[in-house]
Amino acid sequence: MTPGTPVAGGATIRVDLQLIADMVAPGARVLDLGCGEGALLEYLVTEKDVDGRGVELSQAGVNACVSRGLSVIQGDVDFDLGDYPDNSFDYVILSQTLPAARHPRELLLELLRIGNCVIVSFPNMGYWRSRLYLLWYGCMPVTGALPSLWWETSNIHLCSIRDFLNLCGDLGIAIERALTVNNRGQVSRFRGVGRIANLMGEQGVFLLGRS
Amino acid sequence: MTPPTRPETHLTAGAERDRLPFRTVELAEAEPMRLDSGATFGPFRMAYESYGTLNEANSNAILVCHALTGDQFLCDPPAEISSRSGWWTTMVGPGKPLNTERYFVISCNVLGGCMGTTGPSDVDPATGHAWGPSFPVITIRDMVRAQALLLDALGIDELFCVTGGSMGGMQVLEWMVCYPERVFSAVPIATSATHSAQNIAFNEVGRQAIMADPEWHGGDYARHGTRPVRGLAVARMAAHITYLSETALHRKFGRALQDRSAPTFGFDADFQVESYLRHQGATFTDRFDANSYLYITRAMDYFDLPAEHGGSLVEAFRKVSARICVFSFTSDWLYPTSENREIVRALNGVAANVSFAEIETDKGHDAFLLDEPKFLRTLAGFLQGAARHRGLS
Repeated sequence: MTPGTPVAGGATIRVDLQLIADMVAPGARVLDLGCGEGALLEYLVTEKDVDGRGVELSQAGVNACVSRGLSVIQGDVDFDLGDYPDNSFDYVILSQTLPAARHPRELLLELLRIGNCVIVSFPNMGYWRSRLYLLWYGCMPVTGALPSLWWETSNIHLCSIRDFLNLCGDLGIAIERALTVNNRGQVSRFRGVGRIANLMGEQGVFLLGRS
Repeated sequence: MTPPTRPETHLTAGAERDRLPFRTVELAEAEPMRLDSGATFGPFRMAYESYGTLNEANSNAILVCHALTGDQFLCDPPAEISSRSGWWTTMVGPGKPLNTERYFVISCNVLGGCMGTTGPSDVDPATGHAWGPSFPVITIRDMVRAQALLLDALGIDELFCVTGGSMGGMQVLEWMVCYPERVFSAVPIATSATHSAQNIAFNEVGRQAIMADPEWHGGDYARHGTRPVRGLAVARMAAHITYLSETALHRKFGRALQDRSAPTFGFDADFQVESYLRHQGATFTDRFDANSYLYITRAMDYFDLPAEHGGSLVEAFRKVSARICVFSFTSDWLYPTSENREIVRALNGVAANVSFAEIETDKGHDAFLLDEPKFLRTLAGFLQGAARHRGLS
């Protein structure tokens, strides 16, 4: 767990979640996919007054969210988004869930169908420590953003920021904002869509739109 | 807005049961209520109970809809009515999820029932005899229309929440669809938007058991001074199995014998599970009317929310504005998670504010009546969240 930062109103969330929250306009309609136990969603509902919904795979996570008064359903982002009408949300958030998706390409298109904007965060395989780890140890990288061993992780589609941007380019997806988080869980000064961000960012956080 | 009125308790005439002090109100007095069958009905009597206090703004009312064999007594009824305990004491009371220190909780006996609301065992004023088989066929929507008249009589425009399990959940869905402006939040539990072929089949077994009892007399048993208790008991026994799970039955009884060390090589209740079911059947006949059982199961069978809206459940939910939380239970094979999930999917289709929690339990369909801590905690959390949005906290 990366360190949290205290914010106005007293709520504290992880920095990568804070970066996402900062991209969301107050009062918006928000769908948080893979919302876990609802930390980000609760922050958005209480601090930004959004009309927030969540989808979570684990029933324990769902029950925890509903117990907190959040509107969350049990579901799988690979299969259960088809029911939502076009443009049902201002923002669809996919936080740390993209590498676990079965069909990331189709998923991105689906997110941009139901949301006007999409916010995606994921661990960056292009991060220099990951590159060195593989080069030096010859093993799949284990880092702060990728703490699990290869056989225990639920990630099946790991990618670098460059990989992700290439896919967005192929799909004609507009990159509205591009940020990175460093290995101390802080907002990195290396941002944008260039080679340096791909090398220095441990995680990427992107605001996407239809071009 | 008119101040809430609390209709007087009426002592009602008729059968012995009707002399008991149910709290009742006469509805559809000015004009009869139109039923889905095309018939009109009324005036009629509705028995109800309430717990807690209605607030100044009339904004804290929760309506609880009961299941097939339930009634208005969520908490323990007065001793002169029944020695049974209330059917939802785990959920309703001070400090419980439906906290009677905060909410005004209402529950009424459904139209066609036999716990004080007009049903087939009551006297048809046109003939002076019990309605029996001439009672009009009613639907879930008719039950809900009658409940709406009750709320009118109580001076409640909008419900903070409407909830119920099983057939009660069907009523919740009809509330969301028929009166979207009167429902702030809704909690359908262990239910379905379409009564399945399997469930119609189970109901038909029960009805056939009743109708095969010679004491049924084509439904006119009141005139013959009798009751088809054997048929009704068998109906209850068959239905009771569907409310449990194989695991729960096995855990409770296994193959254990009843007060004996070896089988008797006869047809007595050798096994504890037989004895249990016989007891369930026998005690049920003390409190339930066979014709009510026929009419209410029929109402469930006819329930098909998509069919009422051009075959599309999404269309049915088009005007839904409530905050909703759907619950299902893993071992419920009567109203399985898949059928509850269909409701959730259709609500997503209109981007409704819906939550869905599946509760892991081996207690089957009946789990919604039992002390399931995760269920109670999650429902309480949902209601607290809804109360914050309603400005009740």
